[in-house]
Amino acid sequence: MHDQPGSAVLPARIARFPFPFPADSYRYSTNVEPAPNPVQTEAGTWGTCILDIDEHYLEELQEREKVLNLDPSRAQVLPHMRFAVWDAIATLLPLLAEEHPESFSFTRNGNACTWRNTVQDLELEFTYGDDATLPEGPLRFLGSQIQDDIALLDQREDALWLDAGLVTFAADWSLGFDVGMKFLEVHGPVPRVHEEQIMARAQQFLMRLQPGEKYRRTNWTMTVDRRLDTSTETYAEWASDRSTVSADPSLPERLHLRVEVQHLIRLPHSGAVLFLVRTHLLPLSDIAQVPAWRERLGRVLAELPEDMADYKGINRYRRAASDWLLAG
Amino acid sequence: MTTTALEAGVHPAVQQGLHLEVTDVCIQTASVTGITFSDPTGAPLPRYVPGSHLVVQYGDGANAYSLTGSGSVPSEYTISVLRVEDGAGGSLAMHRLRIGDRVRTSRPRSAFSPVATATHHLLIAAGIGITPMLSHARAAAEKGEAVSLLYVYRPGAGAHVGEARELLGPALTECTDRYSFHEELREKLSSQQIGTHLYVCGPAAFMDTVLDAAAEQGWPKSRLHSEPFGATELDPGKPFTARLARSGTTVDVPEGVSLLEALEKTGIGIRNMCRKGVCGECSLSVLRGAPEHRDLYLTDAETAANTTIMCCVSRSLDQELELDL
Repeated sequence: MHDQPGSAVLPARIARFPFPFPADSYRYSTNVEPAPNPVQTEAGTWGTCILDIDEHYLEELQEREKVLNLDPSRAQVLPHMRFAVWDAIATLLPLLAEEHPESFSFTRNGNACTWRNTVQDLELEFTYGDDATLPEGPLRFLGSQIQDDIALLDQREDALWLDAGLVTFAADWSLGFDVGMKFLEVHGPVPRVHEEQIMARAQQFLMRLQPGEKYRRTNWTMTVDRRLDTSTETYAEWASDRSTVSADPSLPERLHLRVEVQHLIRLPHSGAVLFLVRTHLLPLSDIAQVPAWRERLGRVLAELPEDMADYKGINRYRRAASDWLLAG
Repeated sequence: MTTTALEAGVHPAVQQGLHLEVTDVCIQTASVTGITFSDPTGAPLPRYVPGSHLVVQYGDGANAYSLTGSGSVPSEYTISVLRVEDGAGGSLAMHRLRIGDRVRTSRPRSAFSPVATATHHLLIAAGIGITPMLSHARAAAEKGEAVSLLYVYRPGAGAHVGEARELLGPALTECTDRYSFHEELREKLSSQQIGTHLYVCGPAAFMDTVLDAAAEQGWPKSRLHSEPFGATELDPGKPFTARLARSGTTVDVPEGVSLLEALEKTGIGIRNMCRKGVCGECSLSVLRGAPEHRDLYLTDAETAANTTIMCCVSRSLDQELELDL
């Protein structure tokens, strides 16, 4: 156990936060591991479940609904992916019920399914495979039940293709732009990873995943304010905050470490690869409540090479952030 | 607790797999028997990708057999086994199974999946090669996708012919001699709509004939699919010994056990993450001996240097491998 004295009193948002740095410097790697697998941190534990439900559940799903109503292009399904979406439903709803039996239940007899969600006070009957039996269609329904963003990859011609998804909380990318692209094309703009063969290895790994296998990795960036929707589509709304925040005295409260816990699951019947991206935001002022995190994040930000900081979009304020963290 | 019909120890290919009960045995032809497995507790079985196979243990060995259902909501798994008198013994053991027997199997594994973007699935089967095609045909029927099947078998020895007729109706073409098959094949290969994908299963020579004929008629390789049994699985490998230079001890690595697992079993913890040869965490320095590299992590140059091994998947070409441990 790495728990420090007093960690028991940390609020859940800190104690359950997936702090992603095992060392004082960060580089890209194919950092996949089998899931679920609880991780002890200096503040508590994360990673016990695949589908993480927390105190922000209702608020985040309302936010997603709002984003989708303003911009339906955040959900995309190429025609050949219809069955993969149903496969995701048949995989994730039972998993949600298994991991959180106090809140959810799922029963299936043949194609007749019943879903109960006591958090949303929802009881629903639908027919597996029949889009018309779910209000707003199967993908939007699935996106209304889990906090994760959803991407579905088809495997063909010795490659993976991003052919469906529901992504409302993107960290500066656009599903509408990327849909239909190959996995390697989607990651074209990421620095370093191509020379280092990281993406090619990741694709090989994903293509060899067997049905039912579940893996996870983390990724991170930073976001000004508790803003989940930092997609390319709303760039005009959030980009300028990145310049002004470094001089703002409330930087520790406004600047958040943004960690994505990504799950990679080979769906059992369609064979599609399901990518779940669950975004966690924690302000520096909360990070600083855990001394080991404060120091480590400060060092990671100070050491991060310029090209990586630039790609993550944090170059304007990362010095101010690391200075504040390391001054503590 | 239960009596298990076919096994001695647990074969590596079925570890973390399923423990199933034979619930039906059905004579298909003089040499083909269908066997149905269910979970003894009545629980639903894992769903599977059409064209998947199941590895079933018999004695010390294990064989892969195609599942014949669609895989969408299976309550049972069905395989059909051709009796091979001079084989390794797997098919004979399968033919000895009776209702109520228990077997260990893998989870379904996918290596012959349908292509989601296909406008039409053209299935071509010879003999026992019908089994994965039934799975494909059933899945296509459930999804309302266009499918046709060309099935060649010896007169009176066609397994699953009745089911294929019922499932496919006029989309089934049957041949019982080589001459008419070649006629039909030529006709099918030249009359498919754009976007058709071809899937073939049968004896290796048969599959080569079909694939060569398709290539000659200008079919792109990306539209042609043949059943490659077990190609996605790493084979269990040969046993070897790891000599740990710093401690002066040796660790035996048996067939089907990884070097990482063998080290862990003797209490030596190695930093690791993916256990699939991709993340690079479990690298060890090799002092002597040639590793059998099976990872995706090392560069070509590093692989050729033979000074590093990813111990979660890679093994040894030499009887002994000396490690800096």
